[in-house]
Amino acid sequence: MDFFEGIAQSFVKTFINDDRWLQLLNGLGVTILITLVAAAIGVVLGFLIAMVRSTYDMQLQGKKCRKPNDYVLKVLNVICNFYITIIRGTPVVIQLMIMYFIVFASSRAGIVAAFLSFGMNSAAYVAEIVRSGIMSIDKGQFEASRSLGFNYRSTMWHIIMPQAFKNILPALGNEFIVLVKETSVAGYVALQDLTYVGNLIRSRTYEAFFPLITVALIYLIIVLILSFLLKKLERRLRNSDH
Amino acid sequence: MTTDNSNVLIKVDNLCKSFDDVEVLKGINAEIDKGDVMVVIGASGSGKSTFLRCLNLLEEPTSGSIYFEGTDITDASVDINVHRQKMGMVFQQFNLFPHMTVLRNMTLGPTRLLRQSREEAEANAMKLLERVGLADRANAYPSQLSGGQKQRIAIVRALAMNPDVMLFDEPTSALDPEMVGEVLEVMKQLARDGMTMVVVTHEMGFAREVGTKIVFVDEGVIVEQNAPEEFFSNPKSPRLREFLSKVL
Repeated sequence: MDFFEGIAQSFVKTFINDDRWLQLLNGLGVTILITLVAAAIGVVLGFLIAMVRSTYDMQLQGKKCRKPNDYVLKVLNVICNFYITIIRGTPVVIQLMIMYFIVFASSRAGIVAAFLSFGMNSAAYVAEIVRSGIMSIDKGQFEASRSLGFNYRSTMWHIIMPQAFKNILPALGNEFIVLVKETSVAGYVALQDLTYVGNLIRSRTYEAFFPLITVALIYLIIVLILSFLLKKLERRLRNSDH
Repeated sequence: MTTDNSNVLIKVDNLCKSFDDVEVLKGINAEIDKGDVMVVIGASGSGKSTFLRCLNLLEEPTSGSIYFEGTDITDASVDINVHRQKMGMVFQQFNLFPHMTVLRNMTLGPTRLLRQSREEAEANAMKLLERVGLADRANAYPSQLSGGQKQRIAIVRALAMNPDVMLFDEPTSALDPEMVGEVLEVMKQLARDGMTMVVVTHEMGFAREVGTKIVFVDEGVIVEQNAPEEFFSNPKSPRLREFLSKVL
């Protein structure tokens, strides 16, 4: 058989037969859906955890609890620390399987399990990024705002967060890039994401090259688009700064 | 809870402050009357900055009371944010908000806390900027300003809240020498206009010229307190004599 004919045949098997290009497209859709929902959960939950942790660091670290609220904050901080330790200390694929086979054992709602476990995983990393951003702002900014008469919350909102966000944007972007690629283990809980579909086509057609390289290229393109958008946002934020 | 003498703006009663095991303030008593310019001097580590920062509770006192306009602000039930609006503070490191223009730095407090309209706050800010000769920098960002300009902006930012007292924490210590004068000039003008001020500084010339009460803090206590003439020409404690011989 002619070399080019072989390539053409592989191509047809991989993409055309059984509408496999459509399966890949569906897989891409699942990957993007999981990523977007998980990112949203990660950002919201991550910011909340970061708030608890940095409020504790700023107001209570090394001090005694005096008000009832102090004890609440202390307990929340312990919970958040525990959460971050567990999430960062175990592989995301194990977390995903625990979520699917134990927590959602009765319903076997794979997509929800994926939303939650990738979201909760991302939250732990986002929390540490946001916290480091808050802590990187000079203490004087905080004091200047408080001395004007702003309370803690307004100080965070008007003074600390806008500056911290600019500082952490690259790290936050990086976390989303990691997240996109981490969703590739969704196949473990019977979700037909991009990676799963690519591997499925490989096993059906006995063609490894086209399916796997295609999947790799699609991930690469997603990441390149994300990087481009982040660079643009960073540049815009930097322009508003002098 | 209230002091009877209506002319007293701030009364400090047996103020103590410890950081962990280190006792920085060991029972400070002081009274600041309306219109006073109290200048606090002392060696580094003497506790003078801590004393100043306790006055608006940026440092929480370990014990003792601080009465501001008759209210004990160290009382846990007092909303300190309300009282801080009446106490302007100027820092050594300026602490302007870098992500806001000069004008926004000055109007953030008045619009958010004093419920002034944006137009009102901006008109007021422009008046203050004119007073310190920086009206043309209203739309600049802090990073575009010199140190002296930054500190003058920091002063008018505090003034925009229309405070009853201004606290200065070594306002010229971080400045290049040639910029010290312009900041001191603004502070002198402020004193002439009758503003009550508490100033921690190493500028002895300023203390002598503008101060109404000079306080010498050493090892966490007020060692000596006097009117400027007497304070500088006739220091009583040996510790102050030694200090003055070094700095004058």
